[in-house]
Amino acid sequence: MFKFLFKRLLVLVPVFFGVTLVAFGFIRALPGDPVEVLAGERGVTPERHAELMAQLGFDKPMWQQYLSYVGDVLQGDLGTSLITNRPVVEEFFELFPATAELGLCAILFAILLGIPAGIIAAVKRGSFVDQGIMSLSLVGYSMPIFWWGLLLIILFSNTLNLTPVSGRLSFLFDVEPVTGFMLVDTLLSDEEGSFWNALHHLVLPSVVLGTIPLAVIARQTRSAMLEVLSEDYVRTAKAKGLSPVRVIAVHALRNAMITVITVIGLQVAVLLAGAILTETIFGWPGIGKWIIFSVFSRDYFAVQGGLLLIAVSVMAVNLIVDLLYGLINPRILH
Amino acid sequence: MALLDICNLSVEFATAHGALKAVDGVDLKLDEGEIVAIVGESGSGKSVAMLALMGLLPWTAKVTADRMLFDGQDLLTMSAKQRRKIIGKDISMIFQEPMTSLNPCFSVGHQISEVLAQHFGGSRRSHKARTIELLQQVGIPAAETRLKAYPHQLSGGMCQRVMIAMMIACQPKLLIADEPTTALDVTIQAQILELLVELQQANGMALVLITHDMAVVAETADRVVVQYAGQQVEQRAVKDLFENPRHPYTQALLRALPEHSQGELLNAIPGVVPGQLDRPVGCLFNPRCEHVQEHCRQTPPTRNEDILCHYPLPLAGQKP
Amino acid sequence: MTTTTATPSPAATTSQSVRQQQWREFWFYFSASKTAVAGLVFLIGVILVALFADFISPHLPAEQYREFAEIPPAWMEGGQMRFFLGTDYAGRDMLSRIIHGARLSLLAGCIVVLLSASIGIFLGLVAGFKGGWVETIIMRVMDTIMAVPGLLMALVLVALLGPGLLNAMVAIAITYTPSFVRLARASTINEMNRDYVTASRVAGAGPLRLMFISILPNCMAPLIVQGTLSFSTAILDTAALGFLGMGAQAPLPEWGTLIAENRDLMLSAPWTVTFPGIAILLAVLAINLMGDGLRDALDPKLKRS
Repeated sequence: MFKFLFKRLLVLVPVFFGVTLVAFGFIRALPGDPVEVLAGERGVTPERHAELMAQLGFDKPMWQQYLSYVGDVLQGDLGTSLITNRPVVEEFFELFPATAELGLCAILFAILLGIPAGIIAAVKRGSFVDQGIMSLSLVGYSMPIFWWGLLLIILFSNTLNLTPVSGRLSFLFDVEPVTGFMLVDTLLSDEEGSFWNALHHLVLPSVVLGTIPLAVIARQTRSAMLEVLSEDYVRTAKAKGLSPVRVIAVHALRNAMITVITVIGLQVAVLLAGAILTETIFGWPGIGKWIIFSVFSRDYFAVQGGLLLIAVSVMAVNLIVDLLYGLINPRILH
Repeated sequence: MALLDICNLSVEFATAHGALKAVDGVDLKLDEGEIVAIVGESGSGKSVAMLALMGLLPWTAKVTADRMLFDGQDLLTMSAKQRRKIIGKDISMIFQEPMTSLNPCFSVGHQISEVLAQHFGGSRRSHKARTIELLQQVGIPAAETRLKAYPHQLSGGMCQRVMIAMMIACQPKLLIADEPTTALDVTIQAQILELLVELQQANGMALVLITHDMAVVAETADRVVVQYAGQQVEQRAVKDLFENPRHPYTQALLRALPEHSQGELLNAIPGVVPGQLDRPVGCLFNPRCEHVQEHCRQTPPTRNEDILCHYPLPLAGQKP
Repeated sequence: MTTTTATPSPAATTSQSVRQQQWREFWFYFSASKTAVAGLVFLIGVILVALFADFISPHLPAEQYREFAEIPPAWMEGGQMRFFLGTDYAGRDMLSRIIHGARLSLLAGCIVVLLSASIGIFLGLVAGFKGGWVETIIMRVMDTIMAVPGLLMALVLVALLGPGLLNAMVAIAITYTPSFVRLARASTINEMNRDYVTASRVAGAGPLRLMFISILPNCMAPLIVQGTLSFSTAILDTAALGFLGMGAQAPLPEWGTLIAENRDLMLSAPWTVTFPGIAILLAVLAINLMGDGLRDALDPKLKRS
């Protein structure tokens, strides 16, 4: 098990350096004079120009620049935002819980709906239920989620007046950020009704963000279940006189989950990409909205740092998924 | 009263090319403590008939029979729930591929005690002692430590022993063994067979042994059923059948045994078992039969003295 | 070795009939799925609409009928048959804009797939064929690209190159390359061990011939399926970038851009947002339906009797 995880970790090392190289290259590849682009100073004297170049480290050879960049990264220094003048790391981790909360709710929504749907479709293979679930999941898989979000806002927020349009919490409440997770913070605070309010704010964005993972998980669960249901050990389980529910929910599902877990892991990257769109639509103050803002305002250090940190988060989550995979698969655990 | 009484069992599969008749009018009567072998080539419907008895066929299969009684209970009319109380307890079955027949996600101990919990109630943990006893009974050394082993950590022979332990856990009255040794090493095959016969005698259960190996039949069975293309062509006591086969197919099977080979060549039966699309008219065996006559090519035979042939081979000492 | 020395003419004719046979078999399996055929038919329809947009669309896409701004669709109260799907804030006909948008979206999808597939397949073949450090470098670079969520990578690239449809397409193509590389490499390694490759190598075929003539045609099936699926996601991602203001720029009637430019009218004139979205959804759905059918027809592992 440790060997397995260690191997996985080892694979991530070159990827990590690859990502630092991309992030590093991003700044160097910016068109125009770095002093004008990054320091925001125009028409400076040659002396001032040289001084700024030295300050930004652009006067050293490329490999030295890269090494010092990697050194900074490993020490947790990702530069300073050109707009707010705050360390990029600080900004990132301030906003990260909002995205994490949204992402968790979305994947939970996708798993809780997708796995049962996939199981039912597989067990009732070829029936109308199966065809219905599979058609819906194909529609979900084909959904432009930014449009889906707008549609749901029109329907639920505007026509039916059921959910709030944007943000994480109504401004009527004053909740102290402790964990950054609004659901937890509102529970900790003594503001009555704030938890429900936060939950209300979470529903639509989670549904929108979870739509594509839901479709993918339902499809993959179905095909994994179909494969597993034709295995010999399922026949053995039936030959033991076990009830169909036990055969499917214990013997078949446990094996099907081995592949489904991998698929769920792959959805993390999809989720983070989707968060950019979802957060923009719902005014959700998270990483996605922040990175879009940074791109628009040409806050290059923020973009660079965000790119690196998001990539590292994806790698971290994938490692956790690998761990789960190892725990559920006895061939790796033992 | 016979323990098992099957009359005119047929199984049809719905396929893209129409119905496929995998089992065609099979009769089987079995007394307590008897060993019956079912032999035939691949595709002769040996396993399918027994899977039908167990209710393990996929939904594409249509099972019909005039009678299917086990211990006086009608398996055809009882509900699925009632049937599950018998399956795994009084009738159980072991399969050809031990490695894939065990669930890779659960420990051996878990899988055995699960049967006990299912049929006798109680928690799985309360059945630990019995599980160890069962593992010892099937000859697994260091049974206590093997409880936590996973199937991928065991060899094929060990897996089959676990399978057997699992299926005799509830002391069934009937055990069906579907080619239990085919997937195993030759050296292990004999051990597993020996174990099965030993258990059969110790527990006094009836045993149905599905095989295509005539040598195995001769060593273990009391009675033999020969199947060809889903049909039952001959059914007799083992000694009789070996000394004096009556159906040409049985004769050909016996001649194909290595000890009857001439020089280096085995006496293989020419041709293959007919499939769904090339079923012959008349007797199904006629294209491969060396005693074939014109009548065989026209009319399907009916069963007479448990032999499905227009012109059965003569009894010993008689000339036709 | 007798097979390699066979005379060319019978080999040519048999290979032709084999190909015909393969086509027939493919079509048999593909047409078995009614939804896949429906997807194909719809897609052909969209392609025709895109090709003949100038003749079909009732108005010019950029023509502004200022006095007819925010007219609802024909079947709603206050709608006019002239503007069947209504008009936007500037009085431009939504139907015409969507019809012309089909061009941009399909074109973007095509270019993205062509670019990423050709680069990806080439790199994958080289990686699988050469092995060693070449393979290591290629695969590590691909791992890196894959570590960053696709849309984010595209955003960063667009931030670098500047917004615009062309840059968006290049950016998306780069993020799609790794999946083609991985597939092509895996199939190449798979095929390399086959006898026919050894045979043609013994017969003296050069590496390029081996890669493109011997190996590539035999691992096309998964690549075609991947290409189809990429085509649909490319349309989605192009639209997403357009929506974020990072792709096609107004007044280009790209579908995502249409939604973005009418977003403020979302509540007062919901049709301006609804119909472009439906267009995206239907086009992507049709391609995915077709892709599913293709996979079932081409992937022998999933073939069922």
